[in-house]
Amino acid sequence: MVLGNMLRKLGVVLMASAVTMVTTVGASAKVEGDTVYLGAAISLTGKYSTNGAHTRKGYDLAVDQINAAGGVTVDGMSYKLGIIYYDDESTPARGAQLAERLIQQDGVQFILGPYSSGLTRAMAPITEKYGIPMVEANGASISLFQEGYKYLFAVLSTTEQYLQGAVALAAETAGDDQTLRVGLAMENDPFSQDVRAGVIADAERLGMRIVIDDKLPPELNDMSATLAKVRALRPDLLVVSGHAKGAALAIRQIADSRIDIPMLALTHCDAAQVIEKFAEKAEFALCASQWAPGLSYSDDLFGSARDFADLFEATFDYAPPYQSAESAAAVMVFADAFERAGSFDPAVVRDALAETDMMTFYGGINFDDAGRNVAKPMVLFQIQDGEYRVVYPSNASEAELRHPTPRWSER
Amino acid sequence: MFENLQLLIDYPSLGVDLVANGLMIGAIFALAAFGMALVWGVLGIINIAQGEFVMLGGFVALTAAGLGVPPLLTIPLAAIALFILGWGLYRLVIFRVVDRDLFVSLLATFGLSIILQQLSNEIFGADVRTLETGLGTMVLFDGQIVLAEIKLVSFVTALTVGLALWAFLKRARLGQAIRATAQNARAARILGIDTDRVYAATYALNAALCGAAGSLVVMAWTIHPYIGLPYTVRSFLVVIVAGLGNIVAVITAGLGLGALENLAGFILGAEYQIAFVFVLMVILLVGRNFLLRRKREYLE
Repeated sequence: MVLGNMLRKLGVVLMASAVTMVTTVGASAKVEGDTVYLGAAISLTGKYSTNGAHTRKGYDLAVDQINAAGGVTVDGMSYKLGIIYYDDESTPARGAQLAERLIQQDGVQFILGPYSSGLTRAMAPITEKYGIPMVEANGASISLFQEGYKYLFAVLSTTEQYLQGAVALAAETAGDDQTLRVGLAMENDPFSQDVRAGVIADAERLGMRIVIDDKLPPELNDMSATLAKVRALRPDLLVVSGHAKGAALAIRQIADSRIDIPMLALTHCDAAQVIEKFAEKAEFALCASQWAPGLSYSDDLFGSARDFADLFEATFDYAPPYQSAESAAAVMVFADAFERAGSFDPAVVRDALAETDMMTFYGGINFDDAGRNVAKPMVLFQIQDGEYRVVYPSNASEAELRHPTPRWSER
Repeated sequence: MFENLQLLIDYPSLGVDLVANGLMIGAIFALAAFGMALVWGVLGIINIAQGEFVMLGGFVALTAAGLGVPPLLTIPLAAIALFILGWGLYRLVIFRVVDRDLFVSLLATFGLSIILQQLSNEIFGADVRTLETGLGTMVLFDGQIVLAEIKLVSFVTALTVGLALWAFLKRARLGQAIRATAQNARAARILGIDTDRVYAATYALNAALCGAAGSLVVMAWTIHPYIGLPYTVRSFLVVIVAGLGNIVAVITAGLGLGALENLAGFILGAEYQIAFVFVLMVILLVGRNFLLRRKREYLE
């Protein structure tokens, strides 16, 4: 009896304290004990599940590293970082729901971005509505930054920059007395059309001629019609963007049809694993990337880009794709902003984020008024002897550009 | 558009190259369409999961190749694996909807297609995959026409399977039973044909055909879990054009569609290539309706 009574009393006390906890959590940032929580809805299942996993590993690695180094110091107190994850199932509607849930039910006041521009676009209006800062690492679409969002910050380079490096490289190789001819084969989706707009703007500025401008439907599984044009019109530079499928199709069909192209530039080579799958067929192709382990950037937390790559590989047993690197950088941006803000008040942290000016293993990070990182350029690899070698930008390059690509009959 | 036409006139070999490549992919459409025509004709079901069977065939081929099976031998393996799967799906789901309203079976096979997509995404991952055969490229007429040998292999395989199917339906006991059931299921039952078994075999045969097609797709092009729909749509189109009972017409329509589609992609631009398929479908349906109406008037 006595024991029962005591248990009942204990229960009441526990419930009361739980109620107070819930109310305090609702009012200010989600801080439990000495841990401050960030929230993330990422694609653990569905069509983005591979890249969703890369994203999560980047976030987790940065959180572990920051906590191991003593966490973040805010207003004289030391805090650890934690992340509350949900699976958005690769669907924008679910992503928006989960953003709402993270903020409303879980009391999270800082959001790490999802994977892909589409999901970021679905979540951004929610975080904006509640005035919750979101630092994202995997939504590159330029249109995200034309909405006037105040709470959205992106560490990666935006889409229109993806293949502008190829145009610059082509111009460098051409000398000045001839007009270069450019062919475009871009998937008809927002991402690739952004890439296309960037390439066309630069190509026209440099006086190049666009001789092919095909928009590939997302369902398309065959590029032979476009490649027939390439064979007839012989562009000096062929630019292809269509996620992993576009890269795999282009490499395979260009090799199978033995089409000679002096310079071929693609996005998503690493996602399509073109080196592993196509070996010498992929040789000489240029591939756009947000980041590479061979770059010369470094910071105090991870060390150099190479150190990050080694740590990642030791932890997860595979080389880090750039999606993981930029995700880790997003967590670092939050940690840096917390320390400078000296507070977990979302509005104060937001202002600190806007002032960010830091160097990381991933590159410089400095946001413009729209929330885009303007301190880090895109990187171009060339596939040389079965390896990715950075050939652009020239101040960070590891190897000389091999140009022009030899004819198939001479390989 | 006009500069593309001009290009075709200036370089006639380009047209031959386009048609040749189009015929190769058309052969794969024909293969999937055989199966659709069979199932439609015999069970009265329009199988929306057709493209998913193609996709699964590709993944079976990939998995088998990963275990060390030579790529070309994965074609029969994919067919056998899908035959078993098709039989299982019939026993689990399809037999319940055979004699029901068309809507029910559309819904059921649509549901199947979603489940198969999501399961393959879960098991094989969402990445785009290809299988390298190590076959080379044929260069004909001094580089005017270039054909990947694997496409030729898929072309020949599709035709051979088509002919074998035709012979099977004409000569084999089961083939005759399938045709009898298609003509009149009730009469077939009265004559002692186990129509349930015929249905199961037909559905499994369809899956096997798609499986073979899928193994060819992964070797000549690419696959991923969400690639099914275009194959379903094109099989549907081929069957509408060719009718249910005519294998030669299915082959011709499949090849024709492949070639036309490729030419349209070239002339109109790749963005209109799939739109062209749908416009063609509408035109054919309207045209067919018009012809049928005239026939009906004669009959009255």
